[in-house]
Amino acid sequence: MAWISACTVKKVIISRHRMKKIEAIIQPHKLEEVKEALKAIGIDGMTITEVRGHGRQKGHKEVYRGMEYHVDLLPKVKMEMVVPDSRSDEVLHTLASAARSGKIGDGKIFVYEVAEAIRIRNDDRGEGAL
Amino acid sequence: MPRRILLVFCLPLLAAAQSTPSNEARLAAVEAAAKSAQSAGDNAWMLVSAALVLMMTGPGLALFYGGLVRRKNVLATMMHSFSLMAVVTVLWAVCGYSFAFAEGSPFFGGFHYLFLNNVGSAPNADYAATIPQQTFMIYQLMFAIITPALISGAFAERMKYSAMLLFTVLWTLLVYLPMAHMVWGKGGLLNAFTGGKIPCFDFAGGTVVHITSGVSALVCALYLGKRVGYPEEPMKPHSLVLSFIGATLLWVGWFGFNAGSALGASGLATSAFVATHFGAAAATLGWMLAEWLRSGKPSMLGGISGCVAGLVAITPASGFVKPFPALLIGFVAGVACFLMVTVVKNKFGYDDTLDAFGVHGAGGTIGAILTGVFATSLINDGLKDASGKILPLGLVDGKPEQVLYQIGGVLISWVLASVGTLLILKICDVWVGVRVSRDQEIDGLDLSMHGEEGYNFET
Repeated sequence: MAWISACTVKKVIISRHRMKKIEAIIQPHKLEEVKEALKAIGIDGMTITEVRGHGRQKGHKEVYRGMEYHVDLLPKVKMEMVVPDSRSDEVLHTLASAARSGKIGDGKIFVYEVAEAIRIRNDDRGEGAL
Repeated sequence: MPRRILLVFCLPLLAAAQSTPSNEARLAAVEAAAKSAQSAGDNAWMLVSAALVLMMTGPGLALFYGGLVRRKNVLATMMHSFSLMAVVTVLWAVCGYSFAFAEGSPFFGGFHYLFLNNVGSAPNADYAATIPQQTFMIYQLMFAIITPALISGAFAERMKYSAMLLFTVLWTLLVYLPMAHMVWGKGGLLNAFTGGKIPCFDFAGGTVVHITSGVSALVCALYLGKRVGYPEEPMKPHSLVLSFIGATLLWVGWFGFNAGSALGASGLATSAFVATHFGAAAATLGWMLAEWLRSGKPSMLGGISGCVAGLVAITPASGFVKPFPALLIGFVAGVACFLMVTVVKNKFGYDDTLDAFGVHGAGGTIGAILTGVFATSLINDGLKDASGKILPLGLVDGKPEQVLYQIGGVLISWVLASVGTLLILKICDVWVGVRVSRDQEIDGLDLSMHGEEGYNFET
């Protein structure tokens, strides 16, 4: 089971990079589709945050009683999950194809090495904690 | 069987034989019963109307304004309207009603009704002969509550709460009560129906409520200055959903405001009801159309702003005009107020936070003047000469000078509101200071004035 850890670990034991953190910023309306696709390949632990941002996508204009506002920080969903190295490619492929509409604004995925993972409940470490 | 029928027929005769009231006494009893029936009907409508007008302030105006401000000021803005429901009520009981409606000079009422003395269930025939004076008193109170609440749209997001309280108390005393007396009080300068020198028609408060509040709003906006960051920083309405609920409650409540101003459940009340509704509808379309043409999209905020502008403009005219002139007045107000809050406001650069001037000042002025054009005795036959002949009202009745009287009334309310407001703001500024500090403004008034927040999603 993949699981996300947002905790800061002070004593870091860097032994083997066996885990990857995948951070994906996607269109909010694609969230369900992406979740279903990941679930289908056995990934069902993740953390979701509602965020605002923009890359190359242009924003839009809003007008309130003649006052114009250019809104370029658009609502997005940030998904974070940590997976074993071995599954990383498969997860990235699944995620990207589920989140893709082919238009500007589909979002981005970033991948990081994870030094350690700890399950708080019982101090499990490494892949076993995912 | 036949014997029983005979008995039934004989009973009334027997009863009549026992006591024989004179025809005069029976007639008097019938008249008393008819009077009491009319009084019951009128009183029922007027109590409902009073409640509807209160509903316009809270929740109506509180939601309308509350949704238009930023999230950090939602409670403070609602508190403006809500506090006035309490403050003005107490003021009204102590002296407000007396100062507005007791007989006095052409400019100010008197002391006859101080502490609501002499205000009981007996009607006051000078104002409404078929309802208890107490009903009239409570109905008029609701107008006195909403009027200063309307001004709060201009000083929202930057006025101290203490200054707001002091300002509205002084404003009610020095601007609202004299204006209400002049237009509606017996012997008032502008009261067309009790021999005022400048006979104005203001059915439900175009001058008394909307011009005074709208013009005072402009003075407040100019005196207080712009909000920190205006107009560079985005200051989008935080919840148009709240504003929508508020605006549509205003539309419904306005039936009490205008149709209730007939002071009875009469045909005139129906006529005012119809004119009110038509004015609001046409103004909604007028604003949306103007916006659609100018900025490419018709917005919901535009639609609800338009309906309020139309309700404002039809207010003075509602008990005097036919349905089609009502549509016209509404449409004109919708387009004109749209231009006021978009073109004119931006050109002059004042920060009238929620457009109290652009909607109430402008809409009220347009409505007051157009009342002089379209008022007709076919709708309102209240103006009569000594012999009881019904007199013409407006331009359409062949009395063009009425337009000038209306302009006179508009000018007097503009002058009273602007001079009075400026004076009161000075007093408040010296006494408590009118504007919050920069830090308090940035934190938001909910936190800095009231120590609470509108939305606590994490709890």
